[in-house]
Amino acid sequence: MTRVSVDRLCLQFPVYHAENRTLKRSMAHAVASRTGQRVGSVLVEDARQRVTVDVLKEISFSLRSGERLGLVGGNGAGKTTLLRALAGIYEPVSGRVCVRGEIGTLLDTQLGMNMELTGAENVRLRCLFHGVGQAETRAILQNVSDFAELGDFLALPVKTYSSGMLVRLAFGLATAITPDVLFMDEWILAGDITFLAKARKRIEALVQKSDVLVMSSHQPEIIRQWCTRLIWLDKGQIRMDGPTDVVLDAYLQG
Amino acid sequence: MKTTQSGTGIREKVLDLSSLTGAARFRAAFVDLREGINLLPLAVTLGWLDIKMRYRGSILGPFWMTITTAVMVAALGVLYAELFGIVLKDYLPFLALSLVLWGYISTLITEAASVFSLQSKLITAARMPFSMFATQAIIRNFLVLAHNAVVVLGVFLIFHIVPHKIWLIVPALALWSLDSLAILLCLGVVGARFRDIPPIVGSLLQVFFFITPIIWRPELVGALSGWLLLDPLYPLIAIIRAPLLGESLPRLIWEAALAHSAVLVVIATLVFARFRARIAYWV
Repeated sequence: MTRVSVDRLCLQFPVYHAENRTLKRSMAHAVASRTGQRVGSVLVEDARQRVTVDVLKEISFSLRSGERLGLVGGNGAGKTTLLRALAGIYEPVSGRVCVRGEIGTLLDTQLGMNMELTGAENVRLRCLFHGVGQAETRAILQNVSDFAELGDFLALPVKTYSSGMLVRLAFGLATAITPDVLFMDEWILAGDITFLAKARKRIEALVQKSDVLVMSSHQPEIIRQWCTRLIWLDKGQIRMDGPTDVVLDAYLQG
Repeated sequence: MKTTQSGTGIREKVLDLSSLTGAARFRAAFVDLREGINLLPLAVTLGWLDIKMRYRGSILGPFWMTITTAVMVAALGVLYAELFGIVLKDYLPFLALSLVLWGYISTLITEAASVFSLQSKLITAARMPFSMFATQAIIRNFLVLAHNAVVVLGVFLIFHIVPHKIWLIVPALALWSLDSLAILLCLGVVGARFRDIPPIVGSLLQVFFFITPIIWRPELVGALSGWLLLDPLYPLIAIIRAPLLGESLPRLIWEAALAHSAVLVVIATLVFARFRARIAYWV
C-alpha cells in the first residue's frame, strides 16, 4: 500500500525581513498602485521586492508500507522543510502531498511540548490531542515512562530535564501513540549510544507493523543502519533517489 | 484532511494537501473549524493549564484575579459615583459588571492579535487545526471571567440587584462565543502577517474603553445615543448587562449586536479561508 505520495511539490517561502513585513510598506504599496503615483520611492521599491525563496522545487516520490526513507543533503537543502510539508504543517504552494494513516512528528527541538508542564502532563495532553481514551492514556504513560527511564522526573516540569531526557521523553511519546507514518528530524538522533540502540529497536518494531519512517540525518552510519532508501536533496531538488548504499556512496563522494 | 473508508473496513486518516482555490478554501477552513471543535477537550485542558501555570507557586492562585478586580471596582466605584453625582447603590453594580465584561473583551482582543504568532513552536511542530488555538483562548478567557464574576455576584448581593429576564444572557453568551471565535481567527491571521497589529489593537482598545459606555451610563449621552449603536462593543456589552442588572433592553440594541456580529463573521470567514494555509509560513 502506498503510504506517502508526493507529486510535483513546490514550496516558496516569503522572506519578510524587518523592511517589508510592516503594515506601512504594504499600505504604501496599495496606495501607490491605486493612484499610479509613488508615495515615496524607497517604500514602493521595497514593497515590490517581495522576496521569496524556492525551498522545494518539483519534488515527486512515493513510499510504500515498510519503507524507511532517509533524507540527506547539505544545510539548507530543504530536508526539514520537506519533512514539515509531509507532516502537513506547510501546505503546498503547488503540487500535492498525500499521506495515509496517523502521523507522528519529531521535528521541533521542543517537540511540541510545553516546557512549563510536567512530563506526565505533556503525555496526557498529547493523548488528548490524539483522542485517546482514559485507560489507554494510562497505558501510554506507563509505556513512555518505561522507555524514557525518567522515574520521578515525570512529575517535574519539562524545563528541568537534560536534553537527553527531553529527547527520550519525546521519542518515547511519539512512538507510543503508534503512528503509521513517523517523520523525524536529524537532531533527534543526537542521544547517547544506549539510547540509539533502544530507539532503533522501537523503530524496528514500528516498521514491522508495516509503517513508514522518513528521517533526515547527517550521520552516515546511522543512515546506513536505519534506512532502506535514500533521497539526496540539493538546493530543494531531488538529486538522487535510490537504495541506501548507492545514494550514500555517491553523496559522500560529493 | 479527510477520513475515508479503507479496504479493511477500518477508518483511516488521509491527509491530502494541495494548493487550494475558491470554494475549496472555504471547505478547508470549515474542516479546520470542525476539527478544532472536536479537540474541545484538549482546548479546555490547555486553557485551564494556561491559568494554572500563570499562578503556579502563588498561594491564592487564580483568585488573585478576583482580588484585583474587587480592588479596582471598589476604588473606581467610589470615585466615579462621586464625580458623576450618582448614588453608589445605583452605580457600583453597573460598574462592577461593566468592568468585568470589558476585562474579557479587551483581553480577548489583545490576545487575538498574537494568538498564532505566540504559538509558532506548536504550529511548526505538528499539524493542528488552527481553530484549536482560538477555542483555547476563548476558554481561558471565559475561565478568567468566571473568577471575576465572583466580584459582580458579591456587589449584586450587597445592593440587592434582581436580574430581569435572565434567560436572555444565554443567547447573548452564545453570540459572544461566536464573535470571540471570529475575532481570534481574523485578527490572529492579520497579526501573524503584520507585526504592527498588536500595538495598533492595543491603542484602539484604549480609545474604545472611553468612548464605550463602560464607566459611564449610556443614558448620559442624550441625543447622541443613536450614534452609540455604531460602536460595536456597546450593543454587545448591553445585551448581557441589561438583563443582569434587571433593566429592560430596547429591541434595537439586540438588532445592532446581531448586525455587528454578522459583519464580523463574514469578514473573519473571508480572511481565515483565504489565508489559513499561509499561517504556518508567517509565524
